[in-house]
Amino acid sequence: MAQRIAFNLLQVLVVMSCSPLVFGVLNRLKEIVQSKRGPSVWQPYRDLWKLFHKDEIISEQSSWIFRFAPYVIFVTPIFVTLLIPVLTSYPLFFAFMGDMLGGGFVLTLGGFFAVLAAVDTANPYGPVGASRTRMVGFLAEPVFMIVFFTVAFVANSTIPYIVQQRWITPPANFFSPSHVLLMLAFFLLILAEGGRLPVDNPSGHFELAMIDESKGLEYSGRGAALAKWGGQMKFFVLLCIYLNVLVAPWGLAAGQTWDSVLVAIPLVLAKIFVFVLVLVVIESSLAKLRLFRITEFLGGALVISILAMFTRVLFSF
Amino acid sequence: MTGSSAMVWLDYLAALVGGLFLLATFGMVVTRQVQGCLRYFILQSVLLCASALLLGLRLHSWHVFAVGVIDLINKPFIVPWLLRRTVREEIFSRREVTQVLNIPTSLLIASLLVLIAYGLARPLLHVADGSYISINLPIGLAGLFVGAYTASVRREAVPLFLGLLAMENAALFAGFAIAPKLPMLVELAVIFDVLIVVFVFGILTRAVHEHIGTTEVGTLTLLKEESKP
Repeated sequence: MAQRIAFNLLQVLVVMSCSPLVFGVLNRLKEIVQSKRGPSVWQPYRDLWKLFHKDEIISEQSSWIFRFAPYVIFVTPIFVTLLIPVLTSYPLFFAFMGDMLGGGFVLTLGGFFAVLAAVDTANPYGPVGASRTRMVGFLAEPVFMIVFFTVAFVANSTIPYIVQQRWITPPANFFSPSHVLLMLAFFLLILAEGGRLPVDNPSGHFELAMIDESKGLEYSGRGAALAKWGGQMKFFVLLCIYLNVLVAPWGLAAGQTWDSVLVAIPLVLAKIFVFVLVLVVIESSLAKLRLFRITEFLGGALVISILAMFTRVLFSF
Repeated sequence: MTGSSAMVWLDYLAALVGGLFLLATFGMVVTRQVQGCLRYFILQSVLLCASALLLGLRLHSWHVFAVGVIDLINKPFIVPWLLRRTVREEIFSRREVTQVLNIPTSLLIASLLVLIAYGLARPLLHVADGSYISINLPIGLAGLFVGAYTASVRREAVPLFLGLLAMENAALFAGFAIAPKLPMLVELAVIFDVLIVVFVFGILTRAVHEHIGTTEVGTLTLLKEESKP
């Protein structure tokens, strides 16, 4: 019992400590592709360190939401980490506290507070980014629902640990057409939710074109650091759900000992590294979509997920 | 690896190829560029050949395998080459191809067509035995419908024609599964027919382009008398 709680806390530690590294590696690789040297992979850690030591300035016109939001953004991915398989393939202590839908709700709560805080200060760019984020969000919502429905239909469960087990036994499940389609639909969702190209340009600094970035413009000091770190953890958690549950359920610790759990850390990071390579190719070769083309992008994701549902539900006779 | 487990893996791979084939067909619906449409067609053809090769191995049928090999040379290489030779190059650089219906609507209609295809394929699954038919037949039918839909909404000649070729691909995709014992002669005839069709079509497009100055065949609704010089 105590060991399972310890493993669960270890998962949280891994997510907290490794999530900035993903962005460091991603940015470095992107710069290398563009024939530049790029910042060190440890740069996101230095940014966080710097922000934590700076003074925080809060507008007098803002309400408690503005002060409260960074903590919510920071804490929600940690809660989700307790529910999903990050390192182990067997359920840990908190695994049955919530299922995939619960995790989805908790993650959305962080996004909700980020949007509220962006509107709160009446900075002209905040509400623009907030409403655009909501637009992407509500277009992504049906895709999430259908993906979860299909996955739950296959696995007869909505607990991520059980889904991940069922997905590979029998192996025919893994190779079925619906699995390919689901993987693609969820991949498009991660691009949209994580604010990556082609939906949003994470390295763009032009306020009128921003979607995700403009919500955090008003934050400084500790608030900015927490919001940024929370965003990075959210992306890491999404990657863990995608890679450990849907794409490659291998490489997780099956044993109860500390060594097998510690060995799983580099394996999971290696999987994420492969994903980052794919992301680098996409971000270096695609341009940002025009705002009203995002409907088509997510519409495509929706249709792919619907197809996945059809092929699954209609195959299983 | 024992013989039967190798068979099981072939089945898995065939299912995977089926899913990708359906995706490539949808790619042809969403893309706006002529070049992109051609790329998705090539991808779809490669997947068709992969499916034929897997099926040939699975059923120990050398002529399905042979057709797969010939198609692998024919569709992804010779057909695009022939199209590029006969149709003018500038058409392939066209980026915003117009459609009668916009892309989200098209996607919804196409997914509805897939649903219908699954419904139609369901009572037909007994015509041949084997697990691959439950993959190939519905997906092939769906590809047939979606290809027909693409061909009917596109206003530009080359994507329209690629929709027709996609239909042919999908028919072959389903056909392998229903009748793997079809004589080789028939399949060879089909393959060479496609080449001739591509050739004729290319020349036709070229002629339309030279006479009217556009290949947007969707806008050509009136008969016009040719003015003699």
